[in-house]
Amino acid sequence: MKIAVCVNHVPDTATKINIGSDGNSIDPNGVTYIINPYDEFAVEEALKTKEKLGGEVVAISLGTEAYKETLRKALAMGCDNAVLIKDSGKRDSFGIAKALADEIKNQNAEIVFFGKQSVDYDNSITGQLTAELLNYNCVSIVVDLKIEGNKITAEREIEGGREVVETTLPVVITAQKGLNDPRYASLKGIMAAKKKTIEEKDAAPYENKVEVLNMKKPPQKQAGRILGSDKSAVTELVKALKEEAKVI
Amino acid sequence: MANKILVFIETFQGQIKKSSLEAISAAKEISSKINFEVEAVAIDKNIEQAETLSNFGLNKITLLKNDQLENYSPSAFTKILSDHAKEIDADILFFSHTSLGRDLAPRVAVRFEAGITTDCVELNIDGSDIIASRPVFAGKALVETKINSVKKIFTLRPNIFHANKISDANAEIITKEVNELDLSSRVTGIKKSADKIDVAEAEIIVSGGRGLKGPENFHIIEELAETLGAAVGASRAVVDAGWRPHNEQVGQTGKTVSPNLYIAVGISGAIQHLAGMSSSKYIVAINKDKDAPIFSIADYGIIGDALEIVPALTEELKKNK
Repeated sequence: MKIAVCVNHVPDTATKINIGSDGNSIDPNGVTYIINPYDEFAVEEALKTKEKLGGEVVAISLGTEAYKETLRKALAMGCDNAVLIKDSGKRDSFGIAKALADEIKNQNAEIVFFGKQSVDYDNSITGQLTAELLNYNCVSIVVDLKIEGNKITAEREIEGGREVVETTLPVVITAQKGLNDPRYASLKGIMAAKKKTIEEKDAAPYENKVEVLNMKKPPQKQAGRILGSDKSAVTELVKALKEEAKVI
Repeated sequence: MANKILVFIETFQGQIKKSSLEAISAAKEISSKINFEVEAVAIDKNIEQAETLSNFGLNKITLLKNDQLENYSPSAFTKILSDHAKEIDADILFFSHTSLGRDLAPRVAVRFEAGITTDCVELNIDGSDIIASRPVFAGKALVETKINSVKKIFTLRPNIFHANKISDANAEIITKEVNELDLSSRVTGIKKSADKIDVAEAEIIVSGGRGLKGPENFHIIEELAETLGAAVGASRAVVDAGWRPHNEQVGQTGKTVSPNLYIAVGISGAIQHLAGMSSSKYIVAINKDKDAPIFSIADYGIIGDALEIVPALTEELKKNK
């Protein structure tokens, strides 16, 4: 079975974000980039699926030359091939999904994994958009997955629980934390990944439907009052929450 | 014909979600500035208390029913909603940014050829354009976005917009049976977490971190949460250590939350945690370390041992009930 996994290259979650001089994107200076954390669950599930059902796993990313680092990480974890669709990185989710859908079609992948959202723009819709563009079934925010023949049984996270979704191949799955424990790349895997060729392509032109007008830092919350340093402070805290904040 | 905003009303087991009422009110407020009509649509087997929807100043409410739609079906809902939006010639669709909303909205966006911007926390008008603000990088920054395509979809973060009833309004409710269903993907079962409030929907959250010293001490967080009617949250450190399930994790690789009150217990406040909760209206920090970053954004702080302070706080709240 041909399996695809789409990966994104994002600022490390421990990184401070500063606004760039263009006023509508981040300042990349001093920012460490990593594979999107949710995409690690997607890669792991793709590899587990291959181990169970056979086939091959292709990792696909849309972005600049720098994104190759994340594709190398996916290869080091065990993906067989990698494709970089070259783009300046300014596309909206719809545009990203279009380019990915074209490549997935080209790869003829029957099962496609995404992280449930990228921790940069946090749209959490790229997988679902891609599925619909491909006319594939889709289960998002998945925490448990079973594939038996053509049949997919997936559990997706909802508010206050999970729902069990049944569907069939071809399918797009977006991975939530808890789906699995992503493996570490072995030294052998890392060495092998360095030698692999990452196929490069150009994306079909696309005009953004959604425009980012500006980016700014949120208003900074100020430090309030320290009410004490032992349990006697709880009386004042309850009073403050009741009478000042009026939240209880 | 007037331009229209269509609000998708999410139901769970026949009950209308509060976040959908918020979406209606947000749509009403925006529509009054650009002179749009607002309609609502719900899809379920049966919708309880649908008449409550008639008090929100809507132009029309459509209930699309079928016995097989008791649970969510991604494929069926996508088709039914896209067809309905085309039929009534809607220009703009609003959804709540819930688990279901974020699953359904992008699929409808493809069929409806709409640009989509998600998780909006503020909507403004500039001329005839809707300008939507949304957090990015889990709240470390905010962007203002504008959709340039003719059709537009917005998903709104729950707990941000207020649901305002308009008492004298009395909208028409139309019920229709849906006949053709595409059930190629469908929910066949629901597993509820035992009556727990989800952090994503909670108005109060009590979160615990490493300062609790071990999973066996988390009961003090649960007891405080129960006393307050709050949800239990957790830091990434304790989730990664296996003390708590991942669905409780607050932060950049967990849930981004904006409750009225967030009580952080034994959480130092790593940058990725602060990103996920700093938009809470009030923040209380209880931590042994007076230099913990969490105190820099807390409205009220107590410096001390969580194991001593939290049970005392629970007692004090019980006394004041």
